[in-house]
Amino acid sequence: MANPTAFLTIDRRDRPSAPVAERVRSWAEFVRPLPESEVRRQGERCMDCGIPFCHAACPVSNLIPDWNDLAARGRWREALARLHRTNNFPEFTGRVCPAPCEAACTLNLDDAPVTIKTIECAIVDRGWDEGWIVPEIAPRGTGKRIAIVGSGPAGLACAQQLARIGHAPTVFEKADRIGGLLRYGIPDFKLAKREIDRRIAQMEAEGVIFRTGIEVGRGVSVERLRDDYHVLVLAAGAERPRDLPVPGRGLGGVHFAMDYLVRQNRRVAGLDARDAPIDAAGRHVVVLGGGDTGSDCIGTARRQGAASVTQLEILPRPPAREDKGLTWPDWPMILRTSSSQQEGCVREFAVATEAFLGRDRVEALRCRRLDTGETLDVPADLVLLAMGFTGADAEGVVGRAGVELTGASTIATPAGRYATSREGVFACGDARRGASLVVWAIREGRDCAAEVDAWLRA
Amino acid sequence: MRGRGLYDPAREHDACGMGFVASIGGERSHGIVRQGLEILAHLDHRGGVGADPDMGDGAGCLIQLPDALLRDWAEAARIALPAAGDYAVAMCFLPRDATARAAAEARLEHFVRLEGQVFLGWRDVPVATEGVGAAVLAAMPAIRQALVARGAATADQDAFERKLLAIRKQTQNPLEALARERGMPDLADFYIPSFSSRTIVYKGMLLAHQLGQFYTDLTDARTASALAMVHQRFSTNTFPSWRLAHPFRFLAHNGEINTLRGNVNWMNARRRTLESALIGADLDKMWPIIPHGQSDSACLDNALELLVAGGYSLAHAMMLLVPEAWAGDEAMDPARRAFYEYHAALMEPWDGPAAIAFTDGRQIGATLDRNGLRPARFAVTDDGLVVMASEAGVLPIPEERIVRKWRLQPGRMLLIDLEEGRIVEDEEVKATLAAAEPYAEWLRQTQFNLADLPAAAAPAVASDPGRLRALRQAFGYTDEDLKLFLAPMAETAEDPVGSMGTDTPLAILSDRPRLLYDYFKQGFAQVTNPPIDPIRESLVMSLVSMIGPRPNLLGRQAGTHKRLEVAQPVLTDAALEKVRAIRDTLDGAFRTVTLDATWPRGGSAQSLDAALQRLCWEATEAVLADNNVLILSDRAVGADRIPIPAALATGAVHHHLIRQGLRMQTGLVVETGEAREVHHFAVLAGYGAEAVNPWLAFATIDALHRAGDIGAADAAVRYIGAIGKGLLKVMSKMGISTYQSYCGAQIFDAVGIAAEVVDRCFTGTASPLGGIGLAEIAEETARRHRLAYGSTREPVDDVGGLYAVRAGGEAHGWTAGTIANLQHAVRGLLPDKYAAFAAELNDRPGKPLALRSLLAFAPDGPPVPLDEVEPAAEIVKRFATGAMSFGSIGREAHTTLARAMNRIGGRSNTGEGGEEPDRLRSAARSAIKQVASGRFGVTTAYLAHADEIQIKMAQGAKPGEGGQLPGHKVDAHIAAVRHSTPGVGLISPPPHHDIYSIEDLAQLIHDLRRVNPRARISVKLVAAAGVGTIAAGVAKCGADQVTVSGYEGGTGASPLTSLSHAGLPWEIGLAEAHQTLLLNGLRPRIRLQADGGLRTGRDVAIAALLGAEDYGFATAPLIASGCIMMRKCHLNTCPVGIATQDPVLRAKFTGEPEHVINYFFFVAEELRAILASLGLRSVEEMVGRTDLLRQVDAAGHWKAQGLDLSRLLHRPLPPPLQAPAEPKRAHDAPLDAAMLAAIDAEQQEIVLPIRNVDRSVGTLVSGELVGRERRGRLHARFVGTAGQSFGAFAVEGLTLELVGDANDYVGKGLCGARLIIRPPEGVARQAAANIVVGNTCLYGATGGEAFFAGVAGERFAVRNSGALAVVEGTGDHGCEYMTGGVVAVLGGVGRNFAAGMSGGVAYVHDPDRRFAASCNAASVDVGPIGRDERGFDPAEPLADMLRHDDARLRLLVGRHAALTGSRRAAALLADWPAAVRHFVKVMPHDYRAALEAAPAAVPPVLAAAAV
Repeated sequence: MANPTAFLTIDRRDRPSAPVAERVRSWAEFVRPLPESEVRRQGERCMDCGIPFCHAACPVSNLIPDWNDLAARGRWREALARLHRTNNFPEFTGRVCPAPCEAACTLNLDDAPVTIKTIECAIVDRGWDEGWIVPEIAPRGTGKRIAIVGSGPAGLACAQQLARIGHAPTVFEKADRIGGLLRYGIPDFKLAKREIDRRIAQMEAEGVIFRTGIEVGRGVSVERLRDDYHVLVLAAGAERPRDLPVPGRGLGGVHFAMDYLVRQNRRVAGLDARDAPIDAAGRHVVVLGGGDTGSDCIGTARRQGAASVTQLEILPRPPAREDKGLTWPDWPMILRTSSSQQEGCVREFAVATEAFLGRDRVEALRCRRLDTGETLDVPADLVLLAMGFTGADAEGVVGRAGVELTGASTIATPAGRYATSREGVFACGDARRGASLVVWAIREGRDCAAEVDAWLRA
Repeated sequence: MRGRGLYDPAREHDACGMGFVASIGGERSHGIVRQGLEILAHLDHRGGVGADPDMGDGAGCLIQLPDALLRDWAEAARIALPAAGDYAVAMCFLPRDATARAAAEARLEHFVRLEGQVFLGWRDVPVATEGVGAAVLAAMPAIRQALVARGAATADQDAFERKLLAIRKQTQNPLEALARERGMPDLADFYIPSFSSRTIVYKGMLLAHQLGQFYTDLTDARTASALAMVHQRFSTNTFPSWRLAHPFRFLAHNGEINTLRGNVNWMNARRRTLESALIGADLDKMWPIIPHGQSDSACLDNALELLVAGGYSLAHAMMLLVPEAWAGDEAMDPARRAFYEYHAALMEPWDGPAAIAFTDGRQIGATLDRNGLRPARFAVTDDGLVVMASEAGVLPIPEERIVRKWRLQPGRMLLIDLEEGRIVEDEEVKATLAAAEPYAEWLRQTQFNLADLPAAAAPAVASDPGRLRALRQAFGYTDEDLKLFLAPMAETAEDPVGSMGTDTPLAILSDRPRLLYDYFKQGFAQVTNPPIDPIRESLVMSLVSMIGPRPNLLGRQAGTHKRLEVAQPVLTDAALEKVRAIRDTLDGAFRTVTLDATWPRGGSAQSLDAALQRLCWEATEAVLADNNVLILSDRAVGADRIPIPAALATGAVHHHLIRQGLRMQTGLVVETGEAREVHHFAVLAGYGAEAVNPWLAFATIDALHRAGDIGAADAAVRYIGAIGKGLLKVMSKMGISTYQSYCGAQIFDAVGIAAEVVDRCFTGTASPLGGIGLAEIAEETARRHRLAYGSTREPVDDVGGLYAVRAGGEAHGWTAGTIANLQHAVRGLLPDKYAAFAAELNDRPGKPLALRSLLAFAPDGPPVPLDEVEPAAEIVKRFATGAMSFGSIGREAHTTLARAMNRIGGRSNTGEGGEEPDRLRSAARSAIKQVASGRFGVTTAYLAHADEIQIKMAQGAKPGEGGQLPGHKVDAHIAAVRHSTPGVGLISPPPHHDIYSIEDLAQLIHDLRRVNPRARISVKLVAAAGVGTIAAGVAKCGADQVTVSGYEGGTGASPLTSLSHAGLPWEIGLAEAHQTLLLNGLRPRIRLQADGGLRTGRDVAIAALLGAEDYGFATAPLIASGCIMMRKCHLNTCPVGIATQDPVLRAKFTGEPEHVINYFFFVAEELRAILASLGLRSVEEMVGRTDLLRQVDAAGHWKAQGLDLSRLLHRPLPPPLQAPAEPKRAHDAPLDAAMLAAIDAEQQEIVLPIRNVDRSVGTLVSGELVGRERRGRLHARFVGTAGQSFGAFAVEGLTLELVGDANDYVGKGLCGARLIIRPPEGVARQAAANIVVGNTCLYGATGGEAFFAGVAGERFAVRNSGALAVVEGTGDHGCEYMTGGVVAVLGGVGRNFAAGMSGGVAYVHDPDRRFAASCNAASVDVGPIGRDERGFDPAEPLADMLRHDDARLRLLVGRHAALTGSRRAAALLADWPAAVRHFVKVMPHDYRAALEAAPAAVPPVLAAAAV
């Protein structure tokens, strides 16, 4: 701790965002970094707690107090090393993580937690800028080949960990580019895609082989991979969206959020859309679901020039503030406003959709207020379903891999373990855990790699 | 008595009162013997009484042989007795069994004849057994004397004495083996108290006054002696043991040898090197010189008799065994320094508090340890009598016949030569001995300091980061080692500090590979000996180490033996290379060999075993090949070589060489990459390393600092400084002052090491629970090695996680999860959350957190319905919150705990910071008032309003150390309560300066009972091996409760070294205390409280089953009130407003009494469920039921499976006689009763006679006045010698005038009264050259006045915070830790004046300008007396301490003259302007700065107290 009383004398200051009017005109990231001196000051605020609640709340167990201190002292390179010890991709989490660490921060007792996420991002961005992030090539190989299905954060983390121990991982991706949801699920304004590209380059140099456009289970069989590789890791995600089987579901203009987002992301990437674009321009957009995906839809719709955006949430409006005495350091259920929501949308809570109204295309939603029981019609000409995911696609590799599944359509493993019911087949990420955060995916990939390594050595 | 339990008789302690009377002219008379017995009777209160009030701990008397008595007997027995001097008497304690006795007698007779002496006959010693306790008689030996005449071939009396020693040793040493061999167990009871042609010892398990009645020889008028040396014992045990009584053959001892295990080891290690021209071949018959299993005093006696037999004079031998502090004493005569320095290589000091009386029948004397930690007063009469004793006034002698009253000073000697008929003064004894040989010259020729030797080429520092990282991994370095230890140590040169104790598993329970050091817990001093303050009392401390072989102790080689000295034991790489190359630089005097302490990769137990074997053989070979410095080196570590844990290698070689008798022929240096923190160096030193080179620590520091602000070389120097300071602290917490004594002293308890490893490598170390063997040690080491070299990937540094929680690091009890669950539970009254909290801590299969995790309940009957179990509201009354001072935590937090405990009928504890007056009678009061070493806020009112008074002997987080409150935490409020100055930091001394020994504790308990007879008195101890015997001693001191605190505890700041490495878990300490108290029959007399890391109802249940009836909690209730374990208490930055005084932060405190209450009720409900499941209905039924516990199978745990908790669960059979539950509180206080009666009668004055047995006079009156809020004024005049604690806690309204003199602790806690002590009128002695009050006067005084017409002993006005005092001279350490008040010294002062003084003012008369050399100027300025008298108000002499010096001093001296009739004061006043120029003013600089910053900051409390 460079300055034990900094938390009393320095106020919390976080990264500023570009003004709404400006940022909705662009697909670029709109969060602006803090100057180095300010990041260091913010790092000083960390108290190096005896029990770092942030660290305990962080799914990858980032050594937050350690790198906060190193950042505060301007020892960036050491901070980077410490950060990379637990997190393969801090540039992703530094941008898209909801930061349970900050909720758990001791200073959040006073609503002013350390800007942990900002410091994390500053450390890794600086690492890239300075050229410190270079391939970490294993001194010698083990000759063990591992097939990893899925190139989302879980698959990538697993692959990188294995490569660095000297194993030979090959990552199979059904899409045309590596990254999974990072690539096409998260809008560019939240995560610029060059962040993925330079990581991929590093990993390729470390010996990871990437095979895109191959859908395991269709293009290549699971059995083939079992024959060709010592280990098969399933990191194929949990992509099956929750549907809303109510009257009118078949109307035009009702889409799953992910279909909508992927198409837009491809457009921004300059790629040909494989399917017709879904454009919100000039439309009244209704987003069903109050989570992160819903927010991504809002931001995307705003940028496409939607006439209006309304977000309907089936749960009641959470309180504005938590009772810290009964919640801290846990993640509190409070009303949060995402950056996309700030960009302009109407939010309704405790509203259930009972039908989609319209002829061919949707024109309105018939809804019921769960608290009062009254019904209302919400006009809409584009409806995006962002109500979460219900597990892995049974038609995809997970369904065909011959491994036991859970009732929730995820891959079954013993608690805290990654080995599936099939010898030599492991699973990690959303495919095992169910849809979750990027940071959990990284954690799963890392732990899975460790288990695979132990299995290979046993 | 050794059962399967935890009690170990080797841990017994004793202390006592002792004394002698001698005729300087050597005139023998029966009167001397009678006077000796009288001294004994007057020391009665210094002894102990056990379960049987008719059984004492032992008393004895040594006199010259009573020739007339024996001659009459011989005549009657028709035995021809040769002339006096030509025959000797063996005093024998023989087995009572007739066969065994005959065998024993035959043995003695056999060896008498074998050694060419003449056996004359056996005399039955007449004894009278009336009035002697039944238990004593049951254990009484057959007491007979054997008379032996000098053989014709034995040249003279000295040679005769040597023969007698050889006979005694041969008779006695093999007895135990013989007893086993012959199936005659009683044979082992044969003991020979004395066997000499000059002296004889009469002793036994008797009360002091019984000795003379029992041995009728002593009261026989024919028994004449010129000397009588007596001793009254106070031991921690109550088992009848006749042989443990003193005196021994040469000495009687009051104190404790802290370094005993090392001293005995080193002595036995001399077997091969010891030769004596005088003793010759007989020496071989005497081994072991020091037999196993004796008391420390007996061991010292054995060493002394060997030295004397080897030709040393008594005085010479004593100077060798117990040298004064010479290393740092610049003022010492160079010849004497050379004498000590020369002898330092011969023998390591026997270190510890000690007043030792010694005699060989021709000379008699006494000496004191270097620190002066025991009292010894003497008087010389005009008719040639010397009386020396632990107390003054033990022999009533008319004042006018006394020509000199003095005390033994630290390290000084009193010697009376009866043959020359004179007292030989300390100066003369030592000057004569120092001049006897050219020691300085010898040193010049033979002594080499490593620093002065030419440099040798050092190996390049490893700097490749990858290689360094691999090495660090191989040696188990973590992030924390770098961040918390190496980096800050190399910056600040300090051992780092942390807070909130430790909540990680013991090394044996950890799932991680832990360093072997972590299995060793440092020992520390409590009750039976005091720790030292290594900073404030640095003058007695020394880190000097001698490397290489030791000379023959008895050889007198006239200085041909070359010696290698280092200033401190941490060697840089360059210094180590000098040692390695020393053969060339020193001409072959030293030959160094480096032994490889690594073993090949693969790492099995067998290969480690083989490697240790090889290492030991190589060591033997090397020594036999005339190499005399061995370096054990793990530099060969690499991908293929695994380092042997350095402690294992060191201990193995050290003990191997001891066993072979080769250890004294070689030095042992350890070159290891493993050692890095203070504790590591301490363990290596404790097991024999004379110096250590931590090469990897240096390489790491080099890498850290090569580019840093401070250069790498400077960083290394600071690191060495930090280790040195830390080592001094570790040594001093055991009361050891020199590295030489610490080296090999094995001051550790092992937790979790198997017996076979202990026996092989750490011989003699207590390891009560067994644990890991070589296989697990090999596995731990190999795991580290695999992390470094076993992976295809570059190793990653380990997070550690010992000091702050880290994922993948060490497990903790307090985690984000347990804290969140507990806090949510108590705030929302959510039982489910509490259950989740408790489950995380209680149910830990395979992941034990503490020893109790390995215990499970084993009901022996059906459960009972829950509603039949006593209600939670009853159970919570057994709960107490821990001692956290107001100061360390804020008022809000402190009162929250107090209110909560008062509401549920439990008890909160003030901690050591006093209590605000507005709380004393309110709902926010703390029922327990703590008395700690700093005595902050310990006023009479504070004590009088206590329900319980707790004497804190040690605290779990840092046993053996004192607390510190940094200045930034001392705001005006806290300063007022503590009677100190805002902004000025406060230091608590490591020891209570009125408790250096067990009988001192009895005295403090006596004082406190007098202040408040209604309060329960408890004593807080920290678990350590031997805590049971200390608890027994505490019970015998009359305490009502003893707290056994675990090492985990701790809510304040503490050095990390102590936080994790000192003390034992409470499970062990509690079980040992319970078992030992049961064995002693003392258990019903005292309540046992467990404390330290209790969190759940299950924890309480285990504590109850192990023997505790009360339970203390500190961290858990703090967490309930909002603490989140920031571990930043030492920084004042607590973000939840608990451990801080910052008002902004305190405002963040959200705790409510309800939270704490909810917590305790959750715990109680959990406990009730357990009670019900065990079929018990109340906690009372649960206490001590270890049969309801069983050890769970730890087979799943790779280390813990070796643990054996059966000794924890042992249920000893108590003796039939049990001490009554309500001990007799004999508070006969006739003098106080008379004073109270006088006050009631509204008398103004009273005159009373007083004697040394009248202790704590004035204390009961004061407690009565304050506690009952009565007002009274009285001037009481006493005539005679006052016992200890005269005027302790005496309050305003009382004037206590003593005509005569007083013993120790005069005016302890003085609280407003006026004390006057003066010699009687018409006595010729110079007051300023005679002692009038003893040691440690005015300790913790908060107000009042004291005028002493004479000299005071050591530590005058220690921690005075408000009294005014005038005295005519002081001993060492005057005004130590003083925080307020005024002291005027009209004469000389001893060394180290004003050490640690942070407030108040002292004036010292210094006409010869010698004061500067006596003053410890670290915290004070010394200047002239200020003459600014404007505005001085005589009614408020303390109003402005920056000014008014002249007037204030004159006022004091004037008052002194008027009240005492002091001639010195009168002379000064006669020419005041001239006199005042000879005074200096001593003022702490922090105090001055604080007053200058805020002149009005003198706390009102303080000003009011100064009447």
